[in-house]
Amino acid sequence: MSQTAAGALTPESADGSGPPADNYLTHAHGVRSWLFTLDHKRIAVMYLVGILGSFVLGGVFALLVRTELIRPGPTIMSKDMYNHMFTLHGAVMIFLFIIPGIPAVLGNFALPLLVGAKDVAFPRLNLASLWLWMIGAVFFVVTLHVGGLDTGWTFYTPYSTETPSAVIPAALGAFVLGFSSIFTGINFIATIHKLRAPGMTWFKMPLFCWALYATAIIQVLATPVLGITILLLAAERVLEVGIFNPKWGGDPVLFQHFFWFYSHPAVYIMILPGMGVISEVVAVFSRKHIFGYRFIAYSSVAIAVWGFLVWGHHMFTSGMTPLAAMIFSALTFSVSIPSAIKVFNWLATMYKGSISLATPMCYALAFLFLFGIGGLTGLFLGTLSTDVHLHDTYFVVAHFHYVMFGGAMIAFLAGLHYWWPKITGRRYAERWGQLGALLTFLGVNLTFFPQFILGSRGMPRRYYDYAGLLDRHPDFQQLHVLSSIGAYLTAVAITVVLGTLIHSVFRGRPAPANPWGGATLEWQCASPPPYDNFASTPTAGDPYAVDEFEYDPAIDGYVRRSAPNPPGPCPVPSHD
Amino acid sequence: MTEPHAALAAQPADHPPHLAHHFDTLRQQFEAGKLGMWLFLVTEILFFGGLFCAYAVYRAIHPEIFVFAHHYLDKNLGAVNTAVLIFSSLTMAWAVRCAQLNQRRGLVACLAVTLVCAGVFLGVKYVEYSQKWQHGLLWAGWFKPVDEPGDPANAPSGEHGEQPRDVGIFFSIYFLMTGLHGLHVVGGMGVIAWILVLAARGRFSSQYYAPVDFTALYWHLVDLIWIFLFPLLYLIGP
Ligand SMILES: [Cu+2]
Repeated sequence: MSQTAAGALTPESADGSGPPADNYLTHAHGVRSWLFTLDHKRIAVMYLVGILGSFVLGGVFALLVRTELIRPGPTIMSKDMYNHMFTLHGAVMIFLFIIPGIPAVLGNFALPLLVGAKDVAFPRLNLASLWLWMIGAVFFVVTLHVGGLDTGWTFYTPYSTETPSAVIPAALGAFVLGFSSIFTGINFIATIHKLRAPGMTWFKMPLFCWALYATAIIQVLATPVLGITILLLAAERVLEVGIFNPKWGGDPVLFQHFFWFYSHPAVYIMILPGMGVISEVVAVFSRKHIFGYRFIAYSSVAIAVWGFLVWGHHMFTSGMTPLAAMIFSALTFSVSIPSAIKVFNWLATMYKGSISLATPMCYALAFLFLFGIGGLTGLFLGTLSTDVHLHDTYFVVAHFHYVMFGGAMIAFLAGLHYWWPKITGRRYAERWGQLGALLTFLGVNLTFFPQFILGSRGMPRRYYDYAGLLDRHPDFQQLHVLSSIGAYLTAVAITVVLGTLIHSVFRGRPAPANPWGGATLEWQCASPPPYDNFASTPTAGDPYAVDEFEYDPAIDGYVRRSAPNPPGPCPVPSHD
Repeated sequence: MTEPHAALAAQPADHPPHLAHHFDTLRQQFEAGKLGMWLFLVTEILFFGGLFCAYAVYRAIHPEIFVFAHHYLDKNLGAVNTAVLIFSSLTMAWAVRCAQLNQRRGLVACLAVTLVCAGVFLGVKYVEYSQKWQHGLLWAGWFKPVDEPGDPANAPSGEHGEQPRDVGIFFSIYFLMTGLHGLHVVGGMGVIAWILVLAARGRFSSQYYAPVDFTALYWHLVDLIWIFLFPLLYLIGP
């Protein structure tokens, strides 16, 4: 299995002389060596394959929905089919793709490397998380085959207790996926607490670690509530326990409280790790030390804590006392402060930096623009009076797609391109990478901006047919057509992105150890990293001292500047 | 950075057998495991938290249902079960001490007693559940009380006034909370049995007792949840 000798034969390529023969990808062979691996890097790669597959599946559902909406009235599917399609689009994208997306793929790969550890704290739990993810995916496939799901991804009662579609398999799938997410969270918290390399104090951690830590807090504290809610829903359907059913004195609105107590914090499970990725990318590609490190770090934790107190903003029209609504509205406004702190610190980092428009940075810039729109339109929905008008319209759909696709997905792509040379040991074609970023940016805007206009003028979400609205709003159809064209453009963009990445695996140039000039620890080990990451435990310094690295054209990568002073206990000149 | 990483295959000679490759010391490994266990217990608390929340909501809205219906629960059996579980927590804590002190026989005995207590608890629970089943005192959708004059379980219907509407929701909450707790008892028995087998094989020592310690933490949580369930469900009002 293990190639003991190979490591000794190959020169370590920290200086960028090409991938070492013995790395985590070649360390062992065969399907079993992957499915039963305890290596966080291999688990991340398997997660990546599964998650991208889910994204494509969810994307196909989205394209079918957008195609149906090109014309009023039936276009390509029946009403029932349409309900299934938008439900499955949401459920697959949320539970299978975006919640595990950044933590389980990029976090799993990068976190131990970033903190200078050999693995996460509990490698078996990590593998269990992957297996649970796969079991959850199987439940969703079963759902597709035994009647589909037409409740919307939110499973709202009382409809979800009565529909004949396959609520129970889907609910069990979400339950299992919840535990997958919890296991990742437990692992990350323990890893960050106990496995940091010598010298890495809390405030010398890369900001991606802070973001993952804050995310893990939410995963651990919020997800169990979703678990019990789903069990209650299943019990409601099978046993008629009546907790959510007015027929026996229960209350359907209680379901909404339970559901959003998880699902609002869950939007931060989606976006927080993305913000962590952006913090890394912006600093490295501006060739500047990150600005306001502590503010960015604390704001991650603040978002995680504050995010638990605002779930009521999903229910302003569901029946809530005016006092409670006002409190939830005020808290919702205040939770935008830490997000804005991050954005301004990123902008300040870029200020007077020497910005390189490499692909990850293109995505980071797209993120700033799209997340800005997504975040600011959230305030319209947090305002009580406007929310009554905008609730359940396309405005909401556009808002959360700007945050989820424009924010979380774009950040995922930024991180994927950023760490791709480290993951695969190959470089993708930079021009094609940039083209993919540009097309994605245009596609997302073209898809979702018209939906803001539709929604603000009263087009309700989840409608199959809008013929009745065309008398008063004849331009609704053009806006729907624009949105659908945007969806097709996005599909083309994603094809370019995935094609570029897959091409690089087979044809890409070998990547140097440090292609971007990052100062965090993962760039100190070879690309791809050896089986257990670091031959000896590294010592951590300032993770954003990027100007200690200079470009070496000979290897097309960065190397540490030769120190002006001889190494020793004497203080090295500071970089700022 | 420049030396070849041949060290990964050959474990250093001073690497203890229980130490996983990614930890530096046994202490670091133990602390990481303990932190992970506490985090897991936090998720358990929030998992039950949903049901406690449902309890609080319905008790606040319909106190009369809870006052009326709790008379159908057997306080004596509940008290016996509370005593049994608290005693099992004692034996479980004692088991950890035995492991720390290398007392293999004591460890096996303590784990066995804990297991027996858990079995007694489930036995009593079975008796309670089957009484409820016989009298049709089930959760809301299946709530069909059987009137049997002279039966102590039905006595309160006269003494405690008119039956309020939607009494079934109390039994929904009762069965959901005690049922989920019972499942946790069953799961705990499985883990304790496994630990018992390992202990009998002499797997634990003062150097390595983390699994015993972590199982005990879990068991104490299961005990603690019952300590909340007993007064909340059995000991309501007048
Ligand atoms: Cu929300």
